[in-house]
Amino acid sequence: MVAEPQALGDATSMSRQREDRPLEIAGKVYQSRLLVGTGKYRDLDETREAIEASGAEIVTVAVRRTNIGQNQDEPNLLEVISPDKYTILPNTAGCYTADDAVRTCRLARELLDGHDLVKLEVLGDQKTLYPNVTETLSAAETLIKDGFKVMVYTTDDPLVALRLEEMGCVAVMPLGAPIGSGLGITNPYNIQLILEQAKVPILVDAGVGTASDATVAMELGCDGVLMNTAIAAAQQPMRMAKAMRLAIEAGREAWLAGRMPKRLYASASSPIEGLI
Amino acid sequence: MNIQLNGEPYELDLGATLATLCAQLELGQSRYAVEVNMEIVPRSEHGDFALSENDKVEIVQAIGGG
Repeated sequence: MVAEPQALGDATSMSRQREDRPLEIAGKVYQSRLLVGTGKYRDLDETREAIEASGAEIVTVAVRRTNIGQNQDEPNLLEVISPDKYTILPNTAGCYTADDAVRTCRLARELLDGHDLVKLEVLGDQKTLYPNVTETLSAAETLIKDGFKVMVYTTDDPLVALRLEEMGCVAVMPLGAPIGSGLGITNPYNIQLILEQAKVPILVDAGVGTASDATVAMELGCDGVLMNTAIAAAQQPMRMAKAMRLAIEAGREAWLAGRMPKRLYASASSPIEGLI
Repeated sequence: MNIQLNGEPYELDLGATLATLCAQLELGQSRYAVEVNMEIVPRSEHGDFALSENDKVEIVQAIGGG
């Protein structure tokens, strides 16, 4: 039997009971549904302060060549964002082919003493940083075979999201809008379609610009949101990190509560009876 | 001998091991990963891994990213 499509603006899913279950990714439970990046901050102090204020437990990092002979006295990011305290999620940002993404993940695993949770992203072009889906599928297949637990950044295409889940990705992360654009959740209906069918956590990754965008994602029923620029490029990153933490919590609570139905005409809140 | 280190030419004593190179670069206790000719060399093997002329060595670390 085909489930009746849900009303727009109401992300109630037939398959998804609104149970207040904690976020679980690859067998590990997290209290925070906000995942944050570590890019674009002024310095490592600002990075640390913003991440602490966000309450995030999963933090993304990039893998790059060590600057030979330069800044050896500068503290390493992983000394500030300690793998003992945070779940480090190495990404494959900047990779345009499956081969490069796989290579980067293997280096990250060596770098992090066998840590196998990765954020896979394979980009298509520099202007939009839109995911290259065919390369993403190919890289996901190789990585899963190689024992990685793959959280995958992808388009908001429901068929692609389902395919990635079926392949064994531990979380699927459709974009809300292009990376760093701050345009918000540009296609909530596609996110809703993805949520309807998903059995793994669905997190919006990229596009969030301000707190209300994060709330929208959570009100749709997303399991979490991953963001970087929205916090790092705010005028006061620490304050925005806090705003995002609250926005994610508010959206989650609103989704659990189940919003009232929308109606075209008014419905008085005060009783008619007893009017003088 | 000459090797390629992170895309740049680098001069090293003949027969130097990866551990020698990493010590020379003063990488210390910081977390890094090493690849030689596209193959990862696990940290435990750096001491025994003798580098050869024209080897392509990549040393990477974690930096800020989203």
